Amino acid sequence: MTDSVSQCEFSLRINGEQRFVRACSMERLLDVLREQFGLKGAKEGCGEGECGACAVLMDGELVVSCLVPVIQAAGSSIVTIEGLAGDARFDALQEAFLECGGAQCGICTPGMILAAVNLLNKRPSPTIDDIHEGLSGNLCRCTGYVQIVEAVAEAARRGATR
Amino acid sequence: MRSNPADYEIYAPGNLHDVVALIGGSPGAILPIAGGTDVMVQFAAGTLQPRRLVSIWNLPDLRRVEILPGEVRIGAGCTYTDLREHDVVKHEFPLLAQAASWIGGIANQNKGTLGGNIANASPAGDSLPALLAYDAELILVSIRGERRVAYRQFHVDYKKMNLERDELIRAVCLARRFNEYISYARKVGTRNAQAISKVCMAALARIERGVIEDVRMAVGSVAPIPLRLAQTERILKGKRPERSLVALARESAVAEIRPIDDLRSTARYRAAVVGNLVAEFLERLGAPAAGHE
Repeated sequence: MTDSVSQCEFSLRINGEQRFVRACSMERLLDVLREQFGLKGAKEGCGEGECGACAVLMDGELVVSCLVPVIQAAGSSIVTIEGLAGDARFDALQEAFLECGGAQCGICTPGMILAAVNLLNKRPSPTIDDIHEGLSGNLCRCTGYVQIVEAVAEAARRGATR
Repeated sequence: MRSNPADYEIYAPGNLHDVVALIGGSPGAILPIAGGTDVMVQFAAGTLQPRRLVSIWNLPDLRRVEILPGEVRIGAGCTYTDLREHDVVKHEFPLLAQAASWIGGIANQNKGTLGGNIANASPAGDSLPALLAYDAELILVSIRGERRVAYRQFHVDYKKMNLERDELIRAVCLARRFNEYISYARKVGTRNAQAISKVCMAALARIERGVIEDVRMAVGSVAPIPLRLAQTERILKGKRPERSLVALARESAVAEIRPIDDLRSTARYRAAVVGNLVAEFLERLGAPAAGHE
């Protein structure tokens, strides 16, 4: 990318570390995460906020990073799937996805896991309806969703994220 | 094709005063962007016309709910999640909390705002029928001061608003007088989280001694702007919710709407659905159930 006058420096906390980035203010958080920080866990699916493949947590709330201009993420704390990888609280969730067949091609999986974390943070013992709603912004073209819903229910039973 | 971020300037002054000054300094030239759930979609599609934007996301002045004795003032920057989780909104204005719950998935509810839903001015905006039913008023702010306008007079035609070029929607005011009302809300669409409504309805009624004393019905996606079914309300007022009334109300409602065929549905289907929703609402009020058409 060529340097342009419209670039600014932004400071963000990414997966617990204070980071700085030079970018155009309208640059999508998704692109900043993938291209500048090499965090390729967030995927671009639809690019218009419908599929949830680029979901991350921003100040603890689930957002789709394709709809966040980086200027709106300045000063905030971002957690991507990479940030969950090293956190033992999420092992049960990952294991439940593996055991229940909640991941196939894997494109939707980071977003699904983050949506599940967001749900379990708010409702540690969700009903099936809660799970359906919590994951309703995430599309999967492989599993048919049943295994994913089972995985989240199983993770909740095992006390994931607590 | 996606837009080039270098073609855009976006400011984030971080407080309402400076945002309003910025917009007022170049009227019509700077587009406010709140949660970005509409604006960033246009950006992605390469159709975002304004090249200068100002972020109003998370401004403290816009993101609070003020509880006054006679009214609730919801900051235009409150997200759908904020609305769903707010106790007073949930209990006194359930139509609005319910509409918030069916707009997009959780991630979009965490970013999409009530003011954004209004300013985007889509006839399919899910929160808008609730605002009509509750006779909401809007507070608009500019460097010239503030003014209040009835939401009913705000959307005047397709994507046309009673909003001056230097004005910003600051808050939505709801009078606290609907506790005695029965409420009914329904969205008909392919899927709540991703799908825009084919039809959505918000309705309220107060029944006294078996008679409909007051009734308010509003529908979205069936005309260039969200509509109050004023004629149908007149037919219902003062009557008992009986079977004969259902047929009349159905017919009147279908005559009031101006649905079109588009990529989401057909005019004929929308008219049939509006009729059925009116019938379902009247059943909720005590009318005997009849088969849907």
